[in-house]
Amino acid sequence: MPEILMSEPVMPNIKVKDHGHLPSAESPLLEVENLSLYYGHSQALKNISVKLSEKVITAFIGPSGCGKSTLLRCFNRMNDLIDSVRITGKIKIGGQDIYEKSVDVIELRKRVGMVFQRSNPFPKSIYENVAYGLKLHGKNDRAELDEIVERSLRNAALWDEVKDRLHTSALGLSGGQQQRLCIARAIAIRPEIILMDEPASALDPIATAKIEELVLELRKEFTIIIVTHNMQQAARISDYTAFFYLGELIEFDATGKVFTNPAKKQTEDYVTGRFG
Amino acid sequence: MDTQTPLLQFQEQKPELHFRTTKFNFGSFFFTGLTGLATLFILAILAIILGNIIINGAPALSWRFITAGTEQDMFDVEKAGVFPMIVGTAARVFLMTIFVIPVGVITAIYLTEYAHVSSPLTRIIRGAVHNLAGVPSIVFGLFGLGFFISFVGGNLDRLFHPELAEPIWGKPAIVWASLTLAVMTLPVVIVATEESLKAIPLGLREASLALGATKLETIWKIVLPQALPGIMTGGILAISRAAGEVAPILFTGAAYYMAHLPKSLNDQFMDLGYHVFVLSTQSPNVDQTRPILYATVLVLLILTFALNIVAILIRAKMRAKMRLLH
Repeated sequence: MPEILMSEPVMPNIKVKDHGHLPSAESPLLEVENLSLYYGHSQALKNISVKLSEKVITAFIGPSGCGKSTLLRCFNRMNDLIDSVRITGKIKIGGQDIYEKSVDVIELRKRVGMVFQRSNPFPKSIYENVAYGLKLHGKNDRAELDEIVERSLRNAALWDEVKDRLHTSALGLSGGQQQRLCIARAIAIRPEIILMDEPASALDPIATAKIEELVLELRKEFTIIIVTHNMQQAARISDYTAFFYLGELIEFDATGKVFTNPAKKQTEDYVTGRFG
Repeated sequence: MDTQTPLLQFQEQKPELHFRTTKFNFGSFFFTGLTGLATLFILAILAIILGNIIINGAPALSWRFITAGTEQDMFDVEKAGVFPMIVGTAARVFLMTIFVIPVGVITAIYLTEYAHVSSPLTRIIRGAVHNLAGVPSIVFGLFGLGFFISFVGGNLDRLFHPELAEPIWGKPAIVWASLTLAVMTLPVVIVATEESLKAIPLGLREASLALGATKLETIWKIVLPQALPGIMTGGILAISRAAGEVAPILFTGAAYYMAHLPKSLNDQFMDLGYHVFVLSTQSPNVDQTRPILYATVLVLLILTFALNIVAILIRAKMRAKMRLLH
């Protein structure tokens, strides 16, 4: 009988990011108050309350179907696209409830950008992909566009790879490059918050490492919420971690705490790999 | 932990493998043969039809035949020409395309992008569209006569020219024939456009919306450019169907004989398909007219193919442009 099967579960040897001093959560950028979400009659999110600070990386972890992506998509109201979705509770960004009638969804989405699980560049040139959001919001000056496109691609660590082929199709890029292009496209319009829905789950380890590096770099300027299935990834890059299970927020704390000394049994079971 | 039960049980026995010797499968052979025969049969029929038309029509086909009008005698091999019919057919197909593409595309956009998938209204519209495709073309002709000519045209005349005894719009005209054909081919364009819209990944729409685009901006800038080749396919199918149709234009615009080409939208026109009907039923001397008849059918076929090829080339160019970009 192998030794490992006999032993009690132990905390995995996950290297947790050394995040130094964390910003205090006294004036949170994003507040979720008693949020519940229903798809028709089934409840996907159960009375979730959480406060997220500015310029930190928060990871949402949990098994498939736990509601982490659903919650993420509440923050830029992408759930509006689904007819059967009904929401109660509040989500405040900068103190304003984004589900109030007076809120302009377009303005909200300018402030809260999103990167999706599957890279989804437009079938346009690399340049046009990054410039798309800018043009939507009325920037048409060529010199200004050139500058922002270059800066965004540099910030997304893609510039050196694509500077000679800006006007070729974005679909010619590799998967990892496409995902970084999607990040460049999202940051071009300077959102405050960037939502990332498993941005590296379809990528190979090298491309994943690049995306993680990039996310850490972006933390200087943006507030990032990242949904991930990969617990090592959450531990490596995030400042805070929220663990979800069956539509409930089980635990939310500094990443170091969640991964080394979780308060709840369920969290421990999940991060030690006993289920999920 | 229970140490009695082993974690894995290795099977001691190797499974025995049996390869069945290949036997002659009569059913498969028979069915393969049947499908091949059916294909051959269709090809043979096509070859007979086309061959018959080409062999009998080619001798009478000349530059003079396709560039001359029918001033002299439309039943005389030496003098007959089909130029006005070529112009009339091309013009009515072109006009129809202008009418049917925007209406069809907008309807398809409504059905796929805006309407609730399962709402009764959407189901009724979709059902109506599909039923429209099954209506006999002569019924469209009667509809065109009743709706476009009598109702629309008649009311236009009453409104703007109540003093005139001669109708200006309330009579058969190329615009009414084209509109009738547009109504007839509408389902083809709607269905083709819907299919191409549905094929566009949701991820692209989401990406655009997440950047703060409105639904309209997303449709206009992301969805429609992607759907263009599919829309073109709809256009090509509509042209193919409409070019050879006679029944819908019989009462709505086709003329037995006209001394001049159509000059305005409310002029009648001569049409290749209708001309074939005229040649085969109205000729005083059937044997003498036969070469013209075949040649006219050949011209109609060539024109239909030509219209199709032009549309297919435009679509191919569009696809290539989308692939290369700039």
